[in-house]
Amino acid sequence: MFKDFWSKHENIYYALTNKKVIFGLTIVALVFMLAAFGPMLTPYEYGEYAGEGYLPPSGDHFFGTTIDGRDVFTRTVYGLRSTLLVGAIAGTVATLVGCIIGFLAGYYGGSIFDELLMMLTNIFVVIPQLALLIVIAAFLEVRGVIIMAFIVSLTAWPWTARAVRSQTLSLKNQEYVSLSRISALSVGRILREDIASNMFSYVFMVFIQQFNGTMLATVQLEFLGLGPTKGISLGLVMQNAVNWNGIQLGMWWWAIIPGLILTILITALYFVNTGLDAAFNPRLREM
Amino acid sequence: MGKYLRKKIIVYIITFILAVTINFFIPRLMPGDPIQSLLSRFSGMEGGREILENQLTLLFNLDQPLWQQYANFWKSVFTLDFGISIIQFPTPVLDIIKRAIVYDLSVLLPAIILSWIVGNKLGAFSGTDKRVDKSTMPFFYFLASSPYFWMAGLVAFFFGVVIGWFPISGAYGSTATPGLNWSFIKDFLHHWFLPFFTMFLVQLGGWAIGMRNMIMYEKSSNYSKYMETLGSSKKLIRKYGFRNGVLPQVTGLALRLGRIVGGAITVQVVFNYPGLGRMLLDAVQNQDYFLMQGIFLTIVTMVLIANFTVDIIYMFIDPRVRLSFTEEV
Repeated sequence: MFKDFWSKHENIYYALTNKKVIFGLTIVALVFMLAAFGPMLTPYEYGEYAGEGYLPPSGDHFFGTTIDGRDVFTRTVYGLRSTLLVGAIAGTVATLVGCIIGFLAGYYGGSIFDELLMMLTNIFVVIPQLALLIVIAAFLEVRGVIIMAFIVSLTAWPWTARAVRSQTLSLKNQEYVSLSRISALSVGRILREDIASNMFSYVFMVFIQQFNGTMLATVQLEFLGLGPTKGISLGLVMQNAVNWNGIQLGMWWWAIIPGLILTILITALYFVNTGLDAAFNPRLREM
Repeated sequence: MGKYLRKKIIVYIITFILAVTINFFIPRLMPGDPIQSLLSRFSGMEGGREILENQLTLLFNLDQPLWQQYANFWKSVFTLDFGISIIQFPTPVLDIIKRAIVYDLSVLLPAIILSWIVGNKLGAFSGTDKRVDKSTMPFFYFLASSPYFWMAGLVAFFFGVVIGWFPISGAYGSTATPGLNWSFIKDFLHHWFLPFFTMFLVQLGGWAIGMRNMIMYEKSSNYSKYMETLGSSKKLIRKYGFRNGVLPQVTGLALRLGRIVGGAITVQVVFNYPGLGRMLLDAVQNQDYFLMQGIFLTIVTMVLIANFTVDIIYMFIDPRVRLSFTEEV
C-alpha cells in the first residue's frame, strides 16, 4: 500500500528526500517554532522595561536589551509573529490573485481579454512598489494586520500572473485539454482539473517565492514606520535601533539579530525552493 | 516601429497617467483636513498667508468642478510646477527634487549596472562548476534574502563602527562645502561608498542565482550535451549558455527596477543619505503633500525611463526582436 502511495506521488518522494529541502525545512520549522513558542520562554512583555539598558546578550536577556532597557528577545519573537502573519496572508492572497489572472489570461491567450489582463499586470510591474505602498500606507491612519497584508499583496501578484500565464499557454493545447473542451466541460472545471492540477508543484514553489517577497516588502514598510499601527513588528524593532543610533553605539544584538533571523528564514526557503525545483524537474534531477 | 515597442510604450503612458491620477487624489482623499493643517502651520509665518493661498489655488481649486481641477493638475505636471515644500519652506518642490536626485542616481546607476555584470559572471561560474556552486550558492542566497535596510545596518556596523573605515551618516562631512574641488569629491565618495556597496551586495545575490539557474537549464539542453560529446571545453559551453541565459536576465532587470528603487529608499534612511527616498519619507511623516506628490511622480518617471532604456537594450541584443524591424518573423 505504501508502495502504491509513493509511485503515485513520486514528486513528494523526491522532494522529501532532497538534501536541500530537508535542510531548508528544518530551519524554517525552527524559526516558526521560535515565533510560536518564543513568547513562552520570556518572562517580559515586549513594551515593558525589563532591566538595565545597553546590555549585551546574556542568560537573562537572550538577545540583550535596548538602550532604554527593553528585552530584545521578547520584542523580536513578538515582532516575528506579526511579520510572519502579514507575510503569510499577503503571500497567499498574491499567489491566488496571480494564479487566477494567469490562468484566465493564459486560457484565453491572444484574445482582447488576455491583452487587457496583461496590460493591467504590466502596469503594476512597472510602478515602483515601495513608493506606491508608502503613499497608500500614509493614507490609512489605522492599519491592522489584514489591511497591511492587502496593501503588500496589491503590488506582489503581477510577476506570478505573468509566470502562470505562460505556463498555462503551454498546457492549454495539450490533447487532454482539447478533449475536455470538446466534451463541453465548463471553463472553470477545465482550469481546475486539467490545468491547475498539473501545475500544483509549480504553484507551490511560486507560493514560497511570494512568501519571501511579501515578507521582505512587509518588513521594509514596518522599518519605515508604516507597518501595523498597533503592536510590535520585526521592522519596527530595527527602526528603533537605527533611530536610537544602535548601530553607531555598536549594539549589534539590537540592530542586527532581529533582521538576521528573518534573513535566515528567507535563505532557508530559497533552499527549499531550489531543492523542490530539482525534485519536480526530472531534467535537473538526473544531474 | 515594431509591435514590441509600441505595446511597451502604451503601457508606460497608461502607467504615467495612473500615477498622475493617484497623485491628484492624494490630498483629496487624505484623512483629516489638509487645508486646516496647512493653515495652522502657516499662520505664524511672515507672508505665509499669501503663499498658502497660491498653493491652495494651484493644487486644489476647490471651487471648480472636479474635471477642471484634474485638467489644471495636468497642466502643472507638464510645467513641472509642483508647488512649494512645507518642511523646507519656502523652497519650491522642484528645487528639492533636483538637489536630491543627484544622490539617487550616483548610488543607483553604478550599483545596478555593476551588480548585474558581476552577478551574472559569478552565477555563470557557479552554474558550470559543481564545487564552486556548492560553496558560493548559500552565500548568494543569503545576499538575495537580506532586506536592503538590514544589509545597510550590517555593512554600516562592520565597515563604519567595527573597522571604522567609512562614515555612516550623511552625504558629505559637516565641514565640507559642496563644490567641484578635489577634497569635496573625496569626501563625497567616502560617504557614497557604503550606500552603494549595500545596494550592490543585495542585488548581486539575485543576479548570480538567476544566471546560475539559467545556465543549469541551458546545460541540460540538447545543444550543450552535443557540444559536450564533441569534447568542447567547459568554458565554451558556458559561453554559449551565457548568451542564451542573459536575455531573461535583461527582462529580469526591468521587472526588478521598482523593487530596487524601493530598497534604495530604506537604505537612504539608514545612512541618512539625502536622496529622494529619504525626502519622500520625510514628506509623508510631516504631511508635506506637495513634496510627496512631486517625489512620487519623479520616482515613477525615473523607473519608467529606466524600463524604456532596458527595452531598447533588449531590442538590440535579442536577434528575434531586432529582426522584426526589418522582416516579419
